[in-house]
Amino acid sequence: MATTQENTTTEDGLKIVKDATCTFCGCVCDDIDLKVDGEKIVEAKRACVLGKAWFFNHEVDQRPSCLVDGQPATVDEGVERAARILAEARYPIIYGLSDTTCEAQRVAVGIGDWIGGTVDTTTSVCHGPSGIAFQGVGEVTCSLGEIANRGDMIIFWGSNPAESHPRHFTKYSLMPKGMFVPNGRKDRTCVLVDVRRTKSSKAADIFLQIKPRKDFEALWTLRALAQDVELDADQVESETGVPLATWQDLMQRMKQARFGVMLFGMGLTMTRGKHLNSEALLALVRDMNAHTRFVAKPMRGHGNVTGADNVVSWRTGYPFGVNMSRGYPRFNPGEYTTADTLARGEADAAMIIASDPMANFSQAAREHLASIPYIALDPKETPTTRAAAVAFTTATYGINVPGTVYRMDDVPIPLRPAFDAPHPSDLDVLRGIERRVRQLKSIVRVP
Amino acid sequence: MSETFVLIPGRTSKQGCGISEGKFTDGYVSETTQLQVCPADMQRLGLADGDTVRVTSETGAIDVPVVAAKGDELPPGLLFIAYGDLSSRLMGGDTHGSGMPTSKGLDVTLEKITP
Repeated sequence: MATTQENTTTEDGLKIVKDATCTFCGCVCDDIDLKVDGEKIVEAKRACVLGKAWFFNHEVDQRPSCLVDGQPATVDEGVERAARILAEARYPIIYGLSDTTCEAQRVAVGIGDWIGGTVDTTTSVCHGPSGIAFQGVGEVTCSLGEIANRGDMIIFWGSNPAESHPRHFTKYSLMPKGMFVPNGRKDRTCVLVDVRRTKSSKAADIFLQIKPRKDFEALWTLRALAQDVELDADQVESETGVPLATWQDLMQRMKQARFGVMLFGMGLTMTRGKHLNSEALLALVRDMNAHTRFVAKPMRGHGNVTGADNVVSWRTGYPFGVNMSRGYPRFNPGEYTTADTLARGEADAAMIIASDPMANFSQAAREHLASIPYIALDPKETPTTRAAAVAFTTATYGINVPGTVYRMDDVPIPLRPAFDAPHPSDLDVLRGIERRVRQLKSIVRVP
Repeated sequence: MSETFVLIPGRTSKQGCGISEGKFTDGYVSETTQLQVCPADMQRLGLADGDTVRVTSETGAIDVPVVAAKGDELPPGLLFIAYGDLSSRLMGGDTHGSGMPTSKGLDVTLEKITP
């Protein structure tokens, strides 16, 4: 594995970072060449529109590294206050984690353990329902490299990669000329299923516009057709909005594929049915393997949300929504997930790492979060950092901070930062809080 | 006079770029505070770009300017808004035991509040 130094050269007085990693979305493109002028990235070769916005807008933030009750403070003062908030709480929660390194995620889970709190990640409001479905059905899956080299039937369901993962088509799923698809796009059939004709539909050979909130019915229609079950044409069309003959044609094509792929988004997980929608898709993919090779992969959003799932899983045995108040991990979505613990007014303290629940959660959850002492770590000012008792301005992962992230297909990727920032990293802050929490909790062996 | 619609909050490129540019920048704020409506529904309801409507869900209500959806991106009866503060205000706190509030496919009513 190449190190940061091996990838860094100088050209016309500007620093060149080869194969830098973009951590904006789950594609985690690690082929970006950056040109850096001091503390500003001036060129990001091969980055998409989201990647360019990511690299060009993370200059050094001039805010203080720490604010306590809105007033500038030293990082040490912030760490002390944060540790006391967490150590003295009866039901503390740690939430976020999808936009930081695996190394920082690991320490955050450790703090959750020491304080007997709940650790939850933004997965719970992203593909958490798919995580529940994995436990029920399993996941027949593969890496993005296999899709690039083998996939000849690519189905996007409830996902709009043209706007959320702009390089997915060109780098992995549609355009690449692969080992078993030597003609690239010409060797692939692309199907898009959605409730609206998104920008991604232009890239599809077949677009199926289903009725809103009818993904479950549509997927079970395909499950039935996979097993040659006779269906009532009128009922199928009235339920799904798509004629039975169209579904039959799709199933025929799916069975004839050599390597089929279903890439699914939050159109499934955020819509009524949630984990049952994901479960229906995963079960369909499993069923299809009686006919041909078929795989499924959720389209993961944030740069290291997949890392959060991995780290929380290997530390606790569960991927998100983990409560450790009894001294051992318990997993129960709906009980220990943050949208619930906040909306029900249960948590009495929180630490929010690299996420923005004050903008993204329900009003009831936001009102409760605003009423309890909480700590926020974020490189940018957000509604969440503004209302925090302790707000740390942290260095940006991938741009200022090295470490590891996981691509959406669970492949770990190293980060190659562009320039140093005066602010501490999430890892620095979390290590400080962990050390102090252990002292306050009289846990003798201090690392 | 209000009408019933299904609201789909979702991601857009501009909203995604706005996250990096800053959530208090004009770009992010304007992208997340406009409601896309199918042109046929706009015409039927006598709405023009920039008119303000009140959108009410089971949980909350927002006042938001409308803009006609491009081409045939939206079918009649469907509304779209980029994820953000306003879309979250229409979302309930209950997750039905899943951890995920119902965040897409929300039943809402739409009412024109400015001429």
